Amino acid sequence: MTGTAALKRTPLYDVHKALGARMVPFAGFEMPVQYPTGIIAEHQAVRSGAGIFDISHMGEFEVTGPDRNAFVNRVTSNDVAALEPGGVQYSALLTEEGTFIDDCTVYRFDDKLMIVVNASNIERAWKHIVAHKGGVNVRLKDISGEVGLIALQGPRAQALLQPLTETNLDDVGYYHFAVGRVAGAGCFISRTGYTGEDGFELYCRDRDAPIIWEALQRAGAMPVGLGARDSLRLEMGYALYGNEIDDTITPLEAGLGWIVKLDKGAPFVGAEALRSQKAHGVMRRMVGFKLLERGFPRHGYQVWHDGRPVDVVRSGTMSPSLGEAIGTTYLPSGASRPGSRFEVEIRGERVPAEAVARPFWTRGSVRK
Amino acid sequence: MSNVPADLLYTAEHEYVRKGAGNVVTVGITDYAQGELGDVVFVNLPKPGDKVAAHQAFGTIEAVKAVSELYTPLAGEVVEVNGALDADPAVVNRDPYGDGWMVRLRVDNPADIDGLLQPGAYRSHIGE
Repeated sequence: MTGTAALKRTPLYDVHKALGARMVPFAGFEMPVQYPTGIIAEHQAVRSGAGIFDISHMGEFEVTGPDRNAFVNRVTSNDVAALEPGGVQYSALLTEEGTFIDDCTVYRFDDKLMIVVNASNIERAWKHIVAHKGGVNVRLKDISGEVGLIALQGPRAQALLQPLTETNLDDVGYYHFAVGRVAGAGCFISRTGYTGEDGFELYCRDRDAPIIWEALQRAGAMPVGLGARDSLRLEMGYALYGNEIDDTITPLEAGLGWIVKLDKGAPFVGAEALRSQKAHGVMRRMVGFKLLERGFPRHGYQVWHDGRPVDVVRSGTMSPSLGEAIGTTYLPSGASRPGSRFEVEIRGERVPAEAVARPFWTRGSVRK
Repeated sequence: MSNVPADLLYTAEHEYVRKGAGNVVTVGITDYAQGELGDVVFVNLPKPGDKVAAHQAFGTIEAVKAVSELYTPLAGEVVEVNGALDADPAVVNRDPYGDGWMVRLRVDNPADIDGLLQPGAYRSHIGE
């Protein structure tokens, strides 16, 4: 591996090394893909107990100023006006063509908004929002480098976190957050996640991340790497930028029409293209699939439908919870219903697959 | 530090070879290899009766984050495969030198066995 010297490190780098993590380059950061426990054990710990993930590599932008709500409403596809202070919203930053610059979450505070983006897209997303700032009274600040972010996920998440905070976690609903302290360190306690289990994402000061991490680990949470983060989110059918979504794909194609509020009463970047796409109908749709025979559908494998190459495997894995090979791809709209049959080419062999409903895993503890 | 048993022979592709009776050897992947691959989720093996040349891919090992070919350490004929790996591929991680074995080969030319890596040479090969 060359160029590792240029990789950035999160505030938890030394913690990962001490835990014996296998570190890999990811989105410009040196990140733990797994700990000695292994991906499957880490995955199962989150489904049955609680796991902690270092996701400090993610990007955060702070938006302040009197026009902040109108501004964020213009650069994101969901409706900020529908968001109350203390609320979180899944949304997207789009190109004029209606394709993804990134998916994101938007946090509404009394006096500011925070947009959280993928690590791989921090620069692009930042340039995009700055480019749309003209004539608007807002102040933008990229705080990515100052923020540590730890996800605590699993059915035991709340039981484990409650003794470490004075915030009554019963008062923090799904996709809501509170400002409080964990293990004495100030943070935003957000009931959000990327696993299908109940849990929290804790935004803290960079330097406080090890304090929170170690307190959660002492309380019984298992460190979980990016490998299991990927299999957990895929079992839920959640999109990952660079796999299911990118700047050639629109939310309507990706099954994320619910984060596009064409009628929110405010123009937004990408709205016209999506209005047109909606009127004409989408040509392809994201589907979840299962392999009908043995095989491991890996990212990039060719997908065939009706004798024609139609797409590639966007994400694929052997689902640890289901014991089946699952994945995502795009199929022509007419063939995208559950039950539709197609083939995945695995090292020269076409293995039959069937479109199935998402999420794949329906028994998660997430409290909606 | 990986386990490199002193009574086995090795290849640069991280297979081990255990000598048995009648020119039949048992082949699997090393402890180092299973550690590098991570959780093994299935193993595709050849069929008994298959003739194989040396240094040929004759199976695949699929792990969660990696796929690896299984190479023939020696020319010969497959006499037995470990069917138990179908139901429990993770045994390759737990016990690579025991229940995690993969195939048994009847070697064409027993003298070829001398060309494999000794434990010390394999340990140097993996940098330990």
